[in-house]
Amino acid sequence: MRYEDIVHRCFRCGYCKFTGDYSDFNCPSYRKFFFESYSPGGRMWLIRAWLNGEIKNTDRFQEILFSCATCANCVEHCVFTFSEDLVNIFIAAREELVNQGIIPPAVRDYLKNINISGNPYKEPAEERGKWAEGARVEPYDGQDYLFYVGCVGSYDERAKKIAKAVGNLLADAGISFGILGDRETCDGNEVRVLGEMGLFQFLAEQNITLFKELGIKRVITLDPHAFNAFKKDYHGLGGEFEVYHYTQILAPVVESKKIPLKGYQAKVTFHDPCYLGRHNGEYEAPRKILHGIPGLEVIEMDQSRENAFCCGGGGGNFFTDILGGGEESPNRIRIRQAYATGAEIVAVACPQCAKMLDDAVKLEELDGQLEVLDVAEIVTKALG
Amino acid sequence: MTDIFGQLARIVGERFVSNNPEEIFFYARDPGLMPAHKPDYVVVPKTAEEIQQIVRLAGKERIPLVPMGAGMSLTGLVIPLKGGIVIDMKRMNGIIEVNEKARYVIVEGGTSQGALKAYLEKHYPRLRHSIPDSPATATVASNTMIHGQGRLSQQYGFNSDMVSGLEVVLPSGEICRIGSCALSPYWFSKGAPLPDLTGLFLGWFGATGIITKIALKLYPRKKMRDVEIFVTDRDDLVSDMVYEITHTEMVEDITIFAQPMPMIFKDNHHITLFITGDTEEELEFKRKMVWSCLDRFIKSKDGGFMSVPPVMKPTLLDMPQRSVSRFADVKKGGGFEYSGPIIPVETYPECARKVMDLASTYDLGYSAMARIIGRSHCMMFGFAFTFNRADEDMMERTRKALEEVSTFAIELGGVFWKPTIDEQRLALEKMDPVTRDLMKMIKGNLDPRSIMNPGNWEVA
Repeated sequence: MRYEDIVHRCFRCGYCKFTGDYSDFNCPSYRKFFFESYSPGGRMWLIRAWLNGEIKNTDRFQEILFSCATCANCVEHCVFTFSEDLVNIFIAAREELVNQGIIPPAVRDYLKNINISGNPYKEPAEERGKWAEGARVEPYDGQDYLFYVGCVGSYDERAKKIAKAVGNLLADAGISFGILGDRETCDGNEVRVLGEMGLFQFLAEQNITLFKELGIKRVITLDPHAFNAFKKDYHGLGGEFEVYHYTQILAPVVESKKIPLKGYQAKVTFHDPCYLGRHNGEYEAPRKILHGIPGLEVIEMDQSRENAFCCGGGGGNFFTDILGGGEESPNRIRIRQAYATGAEIVAVACPQCAKMLDDAVKLEELDGQLEVLDVAEIVTKALG
Repeated sequence: MTDIFGQLARIVGERFVSNNPEEIFFYARDPGLMPAHKPDYVVVPKTAEEIQQIVRLAGKERIPLVPMGAGMSLTGLVIPLKGGIVIDMKRMNGIIEVNEKARYVIVEGGTSQGALKAYLEKHYPRLRHSIPDSPATATVASNTMIHGQGRLSQQYGFNSDMVSGLEVVLPSGEICRIGSCALSPYWFSKGAPLPDLTGLFLGWFGATGIITKIALKLYPRKKMRDVEIFVTDRDDLVSDMVYEITHTEMVEDITIFAQPMPMIFKDNHHITLFITGDTEEELEFKRKMVWSCLDRFIKSKDGGFMSVPPVMKPTLLDMPQRSVSRFADVKKGGGFEYSGPIIPVETYPECARKVMDLASTYDLGYSAMARIIGRSHCMMFGFAFTFNRADEDMMERTRKALEEVSTFAIELGGVFWKPTIDEQRLALEKMDPVTRDLMKMIKGNLDPRSIMNPGNWEVA
């Protein structure tokens, strides 16, 4: 297994489970299951035990490995020099299980759907660009930027609205961009973190080839997960293009008042997506947009930025739902944290977070008291 | 046959009980060097009432019970030596009450040191507790249960001396309150003016009951903290220096470290002094008092204050000191263990020389770290060795070195802190027989079925 030479170095001191100030446990799977085995240190010790033949690959072991949301809280707070590799180690262990073909059914189905349909929803590729109907977006044809929407933004009903809002705002801002529509395929971020490296490489090479054929030099992503894959993993495979999350494009637009905003009176708290924040260090762009909207009062949650609590959708859990169910599911914990600020709106910058937190609002019976809106949707409201 | 799993599931909910191989593997061991022993079940209860039911079930079925905080003692205190049920306390992590004027806090039995620190900093910035250097996940209850020490131990003694009340589930399943809270709504005293019954539980490692609530004394938190390091190569003068420093009553905490790396540290002893103040003037006054008390050692060229590099200060001022955990990876192997006898400060030279001898004999990486307890009343001297968990030979050498420490420490007049099972046997052998019989009587009366963390403090 990759990283096999590191797994014995975990002392299981538990700093990885906390926020930076130790105010709370901040590992989503540990919060949900509360056995040490579901903490980063637990995974390290169990992976080693499995490699040494002391435990077997059971359903429980798979649940322990695949419940990791890859949120990188452990990477942020582990005190050891190998901290950067913690999530990579868990992914490497998943890779071994995938290679053995002994994985949770939900993971298997996800990977199978991507392999067959190019998306996890088993929807035809022709439907992929339907989200853009009625939006002010054009097919890509040599414009300055490609707006890459991804599987969730293309097929999920809630996320399609966010994609449309972003597309229209980019158009309002006079950005030269186009979309791939039915030529778009999965970016593979979740395929990689679920451990199917062969499929990930295939998807990445497919995208890189297409982008090169079309002469794409700059990409704006809707989804921080795609942003992460393009920025960190495609380069090693020959994908040489600039990558931006859409908030990074809109922030200077809003700051320079290039889009005239009338304002929006509301109290809002921002939920940092793990793949924008901890994985890629972008905490400011979405906040700059929110702070640039007249009338908007922005309140920070105690657990924000590097200490943000994951919605529980990362690491493929958005699709596999291994972390879902019960009051201690991460999305419900996160929505309670947001509600405690007194905000009326939870702002998100990720379609997966939007869906996860939307569900949590319903489960916590906070309909009418707390609304989940993407940053782009809030800007749209502020246009008047 | 009784369905123990089913009964536990009815008590804590099915999600919070496990007999899966993964939990059995993990909870069978701690990060130290003691051999693993598998539990039969692991439970994660949420309330004292659930613990009562678990204890009653265990009593009826004669199943061993091992309450566990973070499991960071490194000496195997929560390894279930005779199997049974490990009770992971960390879901009981509430902070129940802070009495600001009486300066105490009541927390649940699984509340972590880190959570309490963060809570006080946010809500009561003028109050603090004595934070140990164990990882932040260590629980308040387990730290006092092992008579831990922390940042305020030089001023106020062991962290267990700072307890001001307990709620305990007895081996009978009854809930018992200890201290003023037994008859008053206030948790200001663990004993006085009543008989101090906390001694029936603290230091027993769960062998007499399970702490479900604990009150801890809080102390003034000053606005500023700073650190000074007095360095000497005269180990024989360390106790004199500490005596002078403690006489000033000016410092928050005194620790002493000696380690081979980096090279400039080798063969030196670093008396680390933590100073607090509400104003720069207060800090400066305290610094001057401390400088002045050590003047004679500076004049005799036996020591001097080293300039603490700015990059080193945050590491030293960190609470808890995360660098302590990093020691585990010095050999890129994720392990360290130490024996930390409580011993008179005057034995510092013998202890310091011994740790270096052992490191040399067994070819181990070492660190010596002492913490002064009280006004030089005693110290915890940590004989710490780092090991590579993937190197069985190094682990065995570390075990041997630590075994030698045990014998050495007890012969030198020390008393084991959080003793391993072997050290407990040594201590019981050496102990005054009347004291030993008293311990046996207490354990036998409180826990007649011997279900509570059996193997620990077991008098034959």
